[in-house]
Amino acid sequence: MKVLVPVKRVIDFNVAVRVKADRSGVDLANVKMAINPFDEIAVEEAVRLKEHGAATEIVAVSIGPSGAQETLRTALAMGADRGILVKHDGPIEPLAVAKILKAIADEEQPRLVILGKQAIDDDCNQVGQMLAALLGWPQGTFAAKVEILDGETAVTREVDGGLQTVALKLPAIVTTDLRLNQPRYASLPNIMKARKKPIAEKTVADYGVDPRPKLKVLEVREPEKRRAGTRVRSAAELVERLRERGVI
Amino acid sequence: MAALVLAEHNNAALNEATAKAVTAAAQISSPVHVLVAGASCAKAAEQAAKLAGVETVLVADDASYASLLPEPTAELILSLASSYDAIVAPATANGKNILPRVAAKLDVPQISEIIAIVSPDVFRRPIYAGNAIETVEAKGFKKVVTVRVSAFAAAPTGGNASIKAIAPAADPQVSRFVSENLTRSERPELTGAKIVISGGRGLQSKENFALIERIADKLGAAVGASRAAVDAGFVPNDRQVGQTGKVVAPELYIAVGISGAIQHLAGMKDSKVIVAINKDEGAAIFSVADYGLVADLFEALPEFEKALGQ
Repeated sequence: MKVLVPVKRVIDFNVAVRVKADRSGVDLANVKMAINPFDEIAVEEAVRLKEHGAATEIVAVSIGPSGAQETLRTALAMGADRGILVKHDGPIEPLAVAKILKAIADEEQPRLVILGKQAIDDDCNQVGQMLAALLGWPQGTFAAKVEILDGETAVTREVDGGLQTVALKLPAIVTTDLRLNQPRYASLPNIMKARKKPIAEKTVADYGVDPRPKLKVLEVREPEKRRAGTRVRSAAELVERLRERGVI
Repeated sequence: MAALVLAEHNNAALNEATAKAVTAAAQISSPVHVLVAGASCAKAAEQAAKLAGVETVLVADDASYASLLPEPTAELILSLASSYDAIVAPATANGKNILPRVAAKLDVPQISEIIAIVSPDVFRRPIYAGNAIETVEAKGFKKVVTVRVSAFAAAPTGGNASIKAIAPAADPQVSRFVSENLTRSERPELTGAKIVISGGRGLQSKENFALIERIADKLGAAVGASRAAVDAGFVPNDRQVGQTGKVVAPELYIAVGISGAIQHLAGMKDSKVIVAINKDEGAAIFSVADYGLVADLFEALPEFEKALGQ
Protein backbone atom coordinates (compact mmCIF):
# COMPACT_ATOMS: atom_id res chain seq x y z
CA MET A 1 0.00 0.00 0.00
CA LYS A 2 1.38 3.36 -1.03
CA VAL A 3 0.87 6.27 1.36
CA LEU A 4 1.02 9.92 0.31
CA VAL A 5 1.94 12.46 2.99
CA PRO A 6 1.68 16.18 2.17
CA VAL A 7 3.85 18.38 4.41
CA LYS A 8 3.87 22.16 4.78
CA ARG A 9 6.69 24.49 5.69
CA VAL A 10 5.48 26.96 8.36
CA ILE A 11 6.91 29.29 11.00
CA ASP A 12 8.33 27.17 13.82
CA PHE A 13 5.64 26.92 16.49
CA ASN A 14 7.98 28.25 19.19
CA VAL A 15 8.61 31.51 17.33
CA ALA A 16 6.64 34.60 18.34
CA VAL A 17 4.69 35.86 15.32
CA ARG A 18 5.15 39.50 14.28
CA VAL A 19 2.69 41.36 12.11
CA LYS A 20 4.29 43.62 9.46
CA ALA A 21 4.06 47.34 10.15
CA ASP A 22 2.15 47.93 6.89
CA ARG A 23 -0.45 45.32 7.97
CA SER A 24 0.04 43.35 4.77
CA GLY A 25 0.81 40.09 6.54
CA VAL A 26 3.05 38.32 9.01
CA ASP A 27 6.81 38.91 8.86
CA LEU A 28 8.46 35.75 7.51
CA ALA A 29 11.91 37.24 6.84
CA ASN A 30 14.73 35.60 8.83
CA VAL A 31 12.27 33.59 10.89
CA LYS A 32 12.94 29.97 11.82
CA MET A 33 10.78 27.67 9.70
CA ALA A 34 9.84 24.05 10.38
CA ILE A 35 7.55 21.26 9.28
CA ASN A 36 3.94 21.89 10.36
CA PRO A 37 3.59 19.93 13.65
CA PHE A 38 0.43 18.12 12.52
CA ASP A 39 2.19 17.06 9.30
CA GLU A 40 5.07 15.70 11.35
CA ILE A 41 2.51 13.50 13.13
CA ALA A 42 1.23 12.44 9.69
CA VAL A 43 4.73 11.40 8.58
CA GLU A 44 5.22 9.48 11.82
CA GLU A 45 1.94 7.62 11.35
CA ALA A 46 2.88 6.66 7.79
CA VAL A 47 6.29 5.43 8.95
CA ARG A 48 4.66 3.32 11.67
CA LEU A 49 2.28 1.82 9.11
CA LYS A 50 5.32 0.87 7.04
CA GLU A 51 7.12 -0.58 10.05
CA HIS A 52 4.06 -2.70 10.81
CA GLY A 53 3.92 -3.93 7.22
CA ALA A 54 0.67 -2.12 6.31
CA ALA A 55 2.42 0.40 4.04
CA THR A 56 5.03 -0.36 1.39
CA GLU A 57 6.05 3.09 0.15
CA ILE A 58 5.74 6.60 1.59
CA VAL A 59 5.78 9.58 -0.78
CA ALA A 60 6.09 13.02 0.84
CA VAL A 61 4.84 16.08 -1.06
CA SER A 62 5.40 19.73 -0.31
CA ILE A 63 4.03 22.75 -2.14
CA GLY A 64 6.00 25.91 -1.46
CA PRO A 65 9.20 27.87 -2.05
CA SER A 66 12.56 26.16 -2.62
CA GLY A 67 13.03 26.15 1.18
CA ALA A 68 10.27 23.55 1.36
CA GLN A 69 12.98 21.13 0.21
CA GLU A 70 14.18 21.16 3.85
CA THR A 71 10.70 20.19 5.00
CA LEU A 72 10.76 17.24 2.62
CA ARG A 73 14.22 16.25 3.90
CA THR A 74 12.75 16.19 7.42
CA ALA A 75 10.05 13.78 6.23
CA LEU A 76 12.63 11.67 4.37
CA ALA A 77 14.87 11.54 7.46
CA MET A 78 11.90 10.29 9.52
CA GLY A 79 11.36 7.46 7.04
CA ALA A 80 9.54 8.65 3.90
CA ASP A 81 10.98 7.03 0.76
CA ARG A 82 10.92 9.86 -1.75
CA GLY A 83 9.72 13.41 -2.16
CA ILE A 84 7.89 15.63 -4.61
CA LEU A 85 8.49 19.37 -4.37
CA VAL A 86 5.90 21.50 -6.17
CA LYS A 87 7.60 24.86 -6.33
CA HIS A 88 5.47 27.89 -5.63
CA ASP A 89 6.32 31.29 -4.20
CA GLY A 90 3.70 33.40 -2.48
CA PRO A 91 0.38 32.60 -0.91
CA ILE A 92 -1.71 29.64 -2.03
CA GLU A 93 -5.16 28.70 -0.73
CA PRO A 94 -6.27 25.28 0.54
CA LEU A 95 -8.49 24.67 -2.52
CA ALA A 96 -5.57 25.10 -4.95
CA VAL A 97 -3.40 22.89 -2.72
CA ALA A 98 -6.13 20.23 -2.75
CA LYS A 99 -6.33 20.42 -6.56
CA ILE A 100 -2.56 19.92 -6.90
CA LEU A 101 -2.68 17.01 -4.45
CA LYS A 102 -5.57 15.49 -6.39
CA ALA A 103 -3.49 15.56 -9.57
CA ILE A 104 -0.60 13.93 -7.71
CA ALA A 105 -2.92 11.29 -6.20
CA ASP A 106 -4.25 10.53 -9.70
CA GLU A 107 -0.66 9.92 -10.85
CA GLU A 108 0.66 8.10 -7.80
CA GLN A 109 -2.50 6.10 -6.93
CA PRO A 110 -1.93 5.93 -3.15
CA ARG A 111 -4.39 3.91 -1.03
CA LEU A 112 -4.08 6.36 1.84
CA VAL A 113 -3.27 10.05 2.15
CA ILE A 114 -2.34 11.22 5.66
CA LEU A 115 -2.21 14.98 6.33
CA GLY A 116 -2.14 17.31 9.30
CA LYS A 117 -5.62 18.48 10.32
CA GLN A 118 -4.52 22.09 9.93
CA ALA A 119 -1.45 24.19 9.28
CA ILE A 120 -0.48 26.36 12.23
CA ASP A 121 -0.04 29.43 10.01
CA ASP A 122 -3.41 30.00 8.33
CA ASP A 123 -5.30 27.65 10.72
CA CYS A 124 -7.72 26.80 7.87
CA ASN A 125 -8.34 23.09 8.55
CA GLN A 126 -9.54 22.43 4.98
CA VAL A 127 -7.07 20.64 2.70
CA GLY A 128 -7.74 17.04 3.78
CA GLN A 129 -11.51 17.40 3.51
CA MET A 130 -11.25 19.23 0.17
CA LEU A 131 -8.92 16.61 -1.26
CA ALA A 132 -11.31 13.86 -0.11
CA ALA A 133 -14.18 15.64 -1.87
CA LEU A 134 -12.25 16.16 -5.12
CA LEU A 135 -11.17 12.50 -5.18
CA GLY A 136 -14.59 11.25 -4.05
CA TRP A 137 -12.93 9.41 -1.15
CA PRO A 138 -14.06 9.07 2.47
CA GLN A 139 -12.26 11.02 5.20
CA GLY A 140 -11.28 10.40 8.80
CA THR A 141 -10.42 13.82 10.19
CA PHE A 142 -8.88 14.69 13.59
CA ALA A 143 -7.57 11.14 13.98
CA ALA A 144 -6.52 9.81 17.38
CA LYS A 145 -6.04 6.23 16.13
CA VAL A 146 -5.72 4.64 12.68
CA GLU A 147 -6.04 0.92 11.95
CA ILE A 148 -5.68 -0.65 8.51
CA LEU A 149 -8.08 -3.55 8.02
CA ASP A 150 -9.05 -5.58 4.99
CA GLY A 151 -9.91 -2.98 2.33
CA GLU A 152 -10.89 -0.54 5.05
CA THR A 153 -9.40 1.76 7.64
CA ALA A 154 -10.90 2.26 11.09
CA VAL A 155 -10.25 5.81 12.25
CA THR A 156 -10.97 6.98 15.79
CA ARG A 157 -11.62 10.70 15.71
CA GLU A 158 -11.51 13.47 18.30
CA VAL A 159 -14.97 15.04 18.20
CA ASP A 160 -16.80 17.49 20.47
CA GLY A 161 -17.50 15.61 23.67
CA GLY A 162 -15.30 12.56 23.10
CA LEU A 163 -14.24 10.06 20.47
CA GLN A 164 -15.96 8.62 17.42
CA THR A 165 -14.82 5.64 15.35
CA VAL A 166 -15.66 5.38 11.65
CA ALA A 167 -14.82 2.72 9.07
CA LEU A 168 -13.73 4.05 5.68
CA LYS A 169 -13.37 2.17 2.41
CA LEU A 170 -9.87 2.47 0.97
CA PRO A 171 -8.59 4.57 -0.69
CA ALA A 172 -9.18 7.17 2.02
CA ILE A 173 -7.97 10.41 3.58
CA VAL A 174 -6.84 10.71 7.19
CA THR A 175 -6.07 14.00 8.95
CA THR A 176 -4.08 13.90 12.18
CA ASP A 177 -4.84 15.32 15.60
CA LEU A 178 -2.26 15.93 18.31
CA ARG A 179 -2.60 12.69 20.20
CA LEU A 180 -2.30 10.28 17.27
CA ASN A 181 1.37 9.64 18.04
CA GLN A 182 4.58 11.18 19.32
CA PRO A 183 6.83 11.85 16.30
CA ARG A 184 10.35 10.45 16.49
CA TYR A 185 13.54 12.45 16.23
CA ALA A 186 15.42 11.59 13.07
CA SER A 187 18.75 9.93 13.87
CA LEU A 188 21.95 11.31 12.35
CA PRO A 189 22.46 8.26 10.09
CA ASN A 190 18.88 8.68 8.84
CA ILE A 191 19.43 12.38 8.22
CA MET A 192 22.51 11.46 6.16
CA LYS A 193 20.60 8.77 4.29
CA ALA A 194 17.77 11.21 3.58
CA ARG A 195 20.16 13.40 1.59
CA LYS A 196 20.44 10.64 -0.97
CA LYS A 197 16.71 9.99 -1.27
CA PRO A 198 15.19 11.40 -4.48
CA ILE A 199 13.11 14.58 -4.60
CA ALA A 200 11.31 15.29 -7.89
CA GLU A 201 10.90 18.99 -8.67
CA LYS A 202 7.65 20.14 -10.22
CA THR A 203 5.76 23.37 -10.75
CA VAL A 204 2.11 24.20 -10.12
CA ALA A 205 1.67 24.55 -13.90
CA ASP A 206 2.70 20.88 -14.32
CA TYR A 207 -0.60 20.00 -12.69
CA GLY A 208 -2.71 22.56 -14.57
CA VAL A 209 -3.84 24.34 -11.41
CA ASP A 210 -4.39 28.09 -11.12
CA PRO A 211 -2.64 29.07 -7.85
CA ARG A 212 -4.06 32.59 -7.66
CA PRO A 213 -5.93 33.17 -4.37
CA LYS A 214 -9.67 33.81 -4.63
CA LEU A 215 -9.90 35.55 -1.27
CA LYS A 216 -8.39 39.01 -1.04
CA VAL A 217 -6.50 39.73 2.16
CA LEU A 218 -7.32 43.35 3.03
CA GLU A 219 -5.38 43.55 6.26
CA VAL A 220 -3.53 41.53 8.87
CA ARG A 221 -3.25 43.08 12.29
CA GLU A 222 -2.38 42.20 15.83
CA PRO A 223 -5.20 41.12 18.10
CA GLU A 224 -6.30 43.53 20.78
CA LYS A 225 -4.04 43.13 23.73
CA ARG A 226 -5.42 42.36 27.15
CA ARG A 227 -3.89 44.28 29.97
CA ALA A 228 -2.91 42.58 33.19
CA GLY A 229 -5.33 43.52 35.97
CA THR A 230 -4.90 43.52 39.69
CA ARG A 231 -3.43 41.06 42.14
CA VAL A 232 -5.56 39.84 45.01
CA ARG A 233 -4.09 38.63 48.30
CA SER A 234 -6.38 35.74 49.10
CA ALA A 235 -9.05 33.44 47.71
CA ALA A 236 -11.59 35.17 49.96
CA GLU A 237 -10.72 38.56 48.43
CA LEU A 238 -10.96 37.00 44.97
CA VAL A 239 -14.50 35.79 45.64
CA GLU A 240 -15.41 39.24 46.97
CA ARG A 241 -14.09 40.96 43.82
CA LEU A 242 -15.87 38.54 41.52
CA ARG A 243 -19.14 39.15 43.39
CA GLU A 244 -18.66 42.92 43.07
CA ARG A 245 -18.08 42.42 39.35
CA GLY A 246 -21.29 40.41 39.14
CA VAL A 247 -19.76 37.39 37.40
CA ILE A 248 -20.54 34.88 40.16
CA MET B 1 -30.71 34.98 -2.28
CA ALA B 2 -30.55 33.30 1.13
CA ALA B 3 -28.25 31.74 3.72
CA LEU B 4 -28.31 28.08 4.70
CA VAL B 5 -27.11 27.14 8.19
CA LEU B 6 -26.12 23.57 8.94
CA ALA B 7 -27.56 22.80 12.38
CA GLU B 8 -25.48 21.28 15.16
CA HIS B 9 -27.68 18.99 17.25
CA ASN B 10 -27.91 15.51 18.77
CA ASN B 11 -31.33 14.71 17.21
CA ALA B 12 -33.12 15.20 20.56
CA ALA B 13 -31.98 18.80 21.07
CA LEU B 14 -30.50 21.69 19.15
CA ASN B 15 -27.02 22.77 20.21
CA GLU B 16 -26.60 26.48 21.03
CA ALA B 17 -23.85 26.64 18.40
CA THR B 18 -26.67 26.63 15.81
CA ALA B 19 -28.24 29.78 17.27
CA LYS B 20 -24.87 31.50 17.13
CA ALA B 21 -24.29 30.51 13.52
CA VAL B 22 -27.77 31.86 12.70
CA THR B 23 -26.72 35.27 14.08
CA ALA B 24 -23.67 35.26 11.81
CA ALA B 25 -25.58 33.99 8.77
CA ALA B 26 -28.18 36.76 9.06
CA GLN B 27 -25.37 39.31 8.66
CA ILE B 28 -24.18 37.66 5.44
CA SER B 29 -27.43 36.97 3.60
CA SER B 30 -31.15 36.74 4.20
CA PRO B 31 -33.55 35.08 4.65
CA VAL B 32 -31.90 32.43 6.82
CA HIS B 33 -32.81 28.77 6.43
CA VAL B 34 -31.61 26.05 8.80
CA LEU B 35 -30.84 22.51 7.65
CA VAL B 36 -31.42 19.86 10.30
CA ALA B 37 -29.95 16.61 8.97
CA GLY B 38 -30.31 13.69 11.34
CA ALA B 39 -32.24 10.57 12.26
CA SER B 40 -35.45 11.02 14.29
CA CYS B 41 -34.49 14.67 14.63
CA ALA B 42 -37.98 16.25 14.77
CA LYS B 43 -37.34 17.71 18.23
CA ALA B 44 -34.16 19.47 17.10
CA ALA B 45 -36.03 20.81 14.06
CA GLU B 46 -38.83 22.21 16.27
CA GLN B 47 -36.25 24.03 18.38
CA ALA B 48 -34.58 25.44 15.26
CA ALA B 49 -37.96 26.75 14.08
CA LYS B 50 -38.23 28.83 17.27
CA LEU B 51 -35.01 30.75 16.61
CA ALA B 52 -35.73 34.38 15.77
CA GLY B 53 -34.69 35.30 12.24
CA VAL B 54 -35.08 31.82 10.76
CA GLU B 55 -37.58 31.68 7.88
CA THR B 56 -37.58 27.96 7.06
CA VAL B 57 -36.23 24.82 8.67
CA LEU B 58 -35.37 22.05 6.21
CA VAL B 59 -35.43 18.59 7.77
CA ALA B 60 -33.64 15.64 6.21
CA ASP B 61 -34.64 12.82 8.56
CA ASP B 62 -32.87 9.67 7.41
CA ALA B 63 -30.74 6.91 8.92
CA SER B 64 -27.81 7.98 6.72
CA TYR B 65 -27.56 11.25 8.68
CA ALA B 66 -27.66 9.66 12.16
CA SER B 67 -24.06 10.60 12.95
CA LEU B 68 -23.60 13.32 10.31
CA LEU B 69 -20.89 11.48 8.41
CA PRO B 70 -19.30 14.04 6.09
CA GLU B 71 -19.65 12.04 2.85
CA PRO B 72 -23.49 11.80 2.75
CA THR B 73 -24.03 15.11 4.60
CA ALA B 74 -21.92 17.10 2.12
CA GLU B 75 -23.94 15.55 -0.74
CA LEU B 76 -27.15 16.68 0.95
CA ILE B 77 -25.92 20.25 1.31
CA LEU B 78 -24.72 20.24 -2.31
CA SER B 79 -28.19 19.13 -3.45
CA LEU B 80 -29.57 22.35 -1.89
CA ALA B 81 -26.67 24.72 -2.61
CA SER B 82 -27.99 26.33 -5.80
CA SER B 83 -30.69 28.21 -3.84
CA TYR B 84 -28.23 29.89 -1.49
CA ASP B 85 -25.47 32.47 -1.77
CA ALA B 86 -24.07 31.64 1.67
CA ILE B 87 -23.61 28.27 3.36
CA VAL B 88 -22.75 28.60 7.01
CA ALA B 89 -21.91 26.15 9.79
CA PRO B 90 -20.69 26.55 13.34
CA ALA B 91 -16.99 25.65 13.58
CA THR B 92 -17.77 22.53 15.61
CA ALA B 93 -16.13 19.17 14.88
CA ASN B 94 -19.02 18.47 12.48
CA GLY B 95 -18.93 21.87 10.77
CA LYS B 96 -15.17 21.71 10.30
CA ASN B 97 -15.44 18.17 8.99
CA ILE B 98 -18.27 18.67 6.51
CA LEU B 99 -18.08 22.19 5.08
CA PRO B 100 -14.70 22.06 3.27
CA ARG B 101 -16.08 19.11 1.26
CA VAL B 102 -18.96 21.31 0.18
CA ALA B 103 -16.66 24.22 -0.72
CA ALA B 104 -14.35 22.02 -2.79
CA LYS B 105 -17.25 20.57 -4.80
CA LEU B 106 -18.57 24.09 -5.40
CA ASP B 107 -15.04 25.14 -6.46
CA VAL B 108 -14.99 28.02 -3.98
CA PRO B 109 -12.69 28.77 -1.03
CA GLN B 110 -13.93 28.27 2.51
CA ILE B 111 -13.58 31.05 5.03
CA SER B 112 -12.77 29.27 8.29
CA GLU B 113 -13.69 30.27 11.86
CA ILE B 114 -14.78 33.84 11.29
CA ILE B 115 -14.94 36.02 14.41
CA ALA B 116 -16.49 39.14 12.86
CA ILE B 117 -18.45 40.18 9.80
CA VAL B 118 -17.36 43.61 8.57
CA SER B 119 -19.78 43.55 5.62
CA PRO B 120 -21.53 40.69 3.80
CA ASP B 121 -18.33 40.22 1.73
CA VAL B 122 -15.67 40.99 4.34
CA PHE B 123 -14.76 38.78 7.28
CA ARG B 124 -12.27 38.71 10.12
CA ARG B 125 -10.63 35.50 11.19
CA PRO B 126 -7.75 34.59 13.50
CA ILE B 127 -4.55 33.12 12.05
CA TYR B 128 -1.39 31.90 13.77
CA ALA B 129 -3.36 30.67 16.79
CA GLY B 130 -4.98 34.07 17.24
CA ASN B 131 -1.65 35.93 17.24
CA ALA B 132 -2.82 37.81 14.15
CA ILE B 133 -6.25 38.71 12.80
CA GLU B 134 -6.80 38.57 9.05
CA THR B 135 -9.47 40.57 7.22
CA VAL B 136 -10.49 38.91 3.94
CA GLU B 137 -12.82 39.87 1.14
CA ALA B 138 -14.85 37.15 -0.61
CA LYS B 139 -16.50 38.61 -3.70
CA GLY B 140 -18.03 37.08 -6.79
CA PHE B 141 -18.71 33.53 -5.58
CA LYS B 142 -20.84 31.57 -3.15
CA LYS B 143 -19.68 32.02 0.42
CA VAL B 144 -18.90 28.92 2.45
CA VAL B 145 -18.18 29.98 6.01
CA THR B 146 -17.56 28.37 9.39
CA VAL B 147 -18.26 30.50 12.45
CA ARG B 148 -16.30 30.57 15.68
CA VAL B 149 -19.27 30.31 18.03
CA SER B 150 -17.61 32.04 20.98
CA ALA B 151 -17.50 35.25 18.92
CA PHE B 152 -21.25 35.54 18.19
CA ALA B 153 -24.31 35.93 20.42
CA ALA B 154 -26.99 33.26 20.13
CA ALA B 155 -30.09 34.20 18.13
CA PRO B 156 -32.95 34.51 20.65
CA THR B 157 -36.02 32.31 20.60
CA GLY B 158 -39.41 33.67 19.66
CA GLY B 159 -39.42 32.81 15.98
CA ASN B 160 -41.94 30.69 14.18
CA ALA B 161 -40.30 29.25 11.08
CA SER B 162 -42.02 26.78 8.80
CA ILE B 163 -40.68 23.23 8.89
CA LYS B 164 -40.26 21.45 5.58
CA ALA B 165 -39.22 17.84 5.11
CA ILE B 166 -36.72 17.25 2.32
CA ALA B 167 -35.55 14.08 0.61
CA PRO B 168 -32.16 12.62 1.47
CA ALA B 169 -29.42 12.83 -1.16
CA ALA B 170 -27.67 9.75 -2.53
CA ASP B 171 -25.27 8.27 0.04
CA PRO B 172 -21.84 7.62 -1.51
CA GLN B 173 -21.61 4.58 0.86
CA VAL B 174 -17.89 4.79 1.40
CA SER B 175 -18.00 5.30 5.16
CA ARG B 176 -19.89 3.97 8.13
CA PHE B 177 -20.24 4.82 11.79
CA VAL B 178 -18.74 2.20 14.11
CA SER B 179 -18.95 3.53 17.66
CA GLU B 180 -18.62 6.56 19.86
CA ASN B 181 -17.36 7.15 23.33
CA LEU B 182 -18.68 10.46 24.61
CA THR B 183 -17.83 11.89 27.99
CA ARG B 184 -21.00 12.05 30.06
CA SER B 185 -21.23 15.09 32.27
CA GLU B 186 -23.93 16.85 34.26
CA ARG B 187 -21.97 20.08 33.94
CA PRO B 188 -22.57 22.61 31.16
CA GLU B 189 -20.83 22.16 27.84
CA LEU B 190 -17.42 23.81 27.61
CA THR B 191 -18.08 26.04 24.62
CA GLY B 192 -21.49 27.27 25.82
CA ALA B 193 -20.79 27.70 29.54
CA LYS B 194 -21.01 31.13 31.23
CA ILE B 195 -18.23 30.14 33.63
CA VAL B 196 -15.28 27.87 32.86
CA ILE B 197 -12.74 26.69 35.41
CA SER B 198 -9.67 25.01 33.95
CA GLY B 199 -6.79 23.13 35.51
CA GLY B 200 -3.25 22.64 34.29
CA ARG B 201 -0.18 20.63 35.06
CA GLY B 202 -0.12 22.29 38.50
CA LEU B 203 -2.96 19.99 39.58
CA GLN B 204 -0.44 17.14 39.50
CA SER B 205 -2.95 14.28 39.22
CA LYS B 206 -6.32 13.12 37.97
CA GLU B 207 -7.57 12.84 41.55
CA ASN B 208 -6.67 16.44 42.34
CA PHE B 209 -9.03 17.62 39.58
CA ALA B 210 -11.77 16.95 42.15
CA LEU B 211 -10.73 20.28 43.74
CA ILE B 212 -11.65 22.01 40.47
CA GLU B 213 -14.81 19.97 39.95
CA ARG B 214 -16.23 20.84 43.37
CA ILE B 215 -15.86 24.54 42.63
CA ALA B 216 -17.32 24.00 39.14
CA ASP B 217 -20.42 22.46 40.73
CA LYS B 218 -20.82 25.37 43.14
CA LEU B 219 -20.55 27.89 40.29
CA GLY B 220 -22.48 25.89 37.67
CA ALA B 221 -19.29 26.01 35.59
CA ALA B 222 -17.81 23.79 32.91
CA VAL B 223 -14.44 22.14 33.54
CA GLY B 224 -11.59 22.70 31.10
CA ALA B 225 -7.90 21.88 31.03
CA SER B 226 -4.62 22.87 29.45
CA ARG B 227 -2.96 20.63 26.92
CA ALA B 228 -0.36 19.68 29.54
CA ALA B 229 -3.09 18.35 31.84
CA VAL B 230 -4.70 16.42 29.00
CA ASP B 231 -1.39 14.94 27.81
CA ALA B 232 -0.63 13.91 31.41
CA GLY B 233 -3.92 11.99 31.41
CA PHE B 234 -5.59 14.04 34.19
CA VAL B 235 -8.71 14.66 32.06
CA PRO B 236 -10.09 13.42 28.71
CA ASN B 237 -8.92 15.26 25.60
CA ASP B 238 -12.31 16.87 24.86
CA ARG B 239 -11.69 19.11 27.91
CA GLN B 240 -8.71 20.82 26.25
CA VAL B 241 -8.93 24.58 25.87
CA GLY B 242 -6.50 26.09 23.38
CA GLN B 243 -5.40 26.50 19.80
CA THR B 244 -5.94 22.85 18.97
CA GLY B 245 -8.71 22.20 21.47
CA LYS B 246 -11.83 24.19 22.27
CA VAL B 247 -12.00 27.95 21.96
CA VAL B 248 -14.09 29.46 24.75
CA ALA B 249 -15.14 32.99 25.64
CA PRO B 250 -17.23 32.74 28.81
CA GLU B 251 -18.22 35.58 31.19
CA LEU B 252 -15.67 34.21 33.65
CA TYR B 253 -12.63 32.02 33.03
CA ILE B 254 -10.67 30.71 35.99
CA ALA B 255 -7.23 29.26 35.16
CA VAL B 256 -5.75 27.17 37.96
CA GLY B 257 -2.19 25.89 37.84
CA ILE B 258 -1.90 26.88 34.18
CA SER B 259 1.27 28.68 33.08
CA GLY B 260 -0.33 30.34 30.06
CA ALA B 261 1.41 29.01 26.95
CA ILE B 262 0.47 30.88 23.74
CA GLN B 263 -1.49 27.82 22.62
CA HIS B 264 -3.66 27.93 25.74
CA LEU B 265 -4.16 31.71 25.63
CA ALA B 266 -5.41 31.32 22.04
CA GLY B 267 -8.33 29.31 23.39
CA MET B 268 -9.49 31.60 26.21
CA LYS B 269 -8.16 35.14 25.90
CA ASP B 270 -11.47 36.51 24.64
CA SER B 271 -13.19 35.61 27.92
CA LYS B 272 -14.85 38.63 29.57
CA VAL B 273 -13.17 38.24 32.98
CA ILE B 274 -10.07 36.11 33.50
CA VAL B 275 -8.83 34.86 36.86
CA ALA B 276 -5.45 33.19 37.31
CA ILE B 277 -4.35 31.18 40.33
CA ASN B 278 -0.73 30.11 40.13
CA LYS B 279 2.15 29.87 42.57
CA ASP B 280 4.66 31.16 39.98
CA GLU B 281 4.22 34.92 39.93
CA GLY B 282 6.11 35.13 36.64
CA ALA B 283 3.60 32.86 34.85
CA ALA B 284 2.43 34.26 31.50
CA ILE B 285 -1.21 33.68 32.45
CA PHE B 286 -1.02 36.70 34.82
CA SER B 287 -0.36 39.00 31.85
CA VAL B 288 -3.93 38.42 30.58
CA ALA B 289 -5.67 38.00 33.95
CA ASP B 290 -8.04 40.62 35.37
CA TYR B 291 -7.54 39.13 38.82
CA GLY B 292 -4.40 37.26 39.74
CA LEU B 293 -3.78 35.26 42.90
CA VAL B 294 -0.21 34.11 43.52
CA ALA B 295 -0.74 31.12 45.78
CA ASP B 296 -0.35 27.38 46.13
CA LEU B 297 -3.49 26.06 44.50
CA PHE B 298 -3.82 23.27 47.06
CA GLU B 299 -4.39 25.96 49.69
CA ALA B 300 -6.19 28.48 47.50
CA LEU B 301 -8.82 26.15 46.01
CA PRO B 302 -10.25 24.92 49.36
CA GLU B 303 -10.33 28.56 50.56
CA PHE B 304 -12.01 29.61 47.34
CA GLU B 305 -14.62 26.88 47.77
CA LYS B 306 -15.20 27.86 51.37
CA ALA B 307 -15.60 31.56 50.48
CA LEU B 308 -18.16 30.64 47.83
CA GLY B 309 -20.20 28.74 50.34
CA GLN B 310 -20.71 31.75 52.57
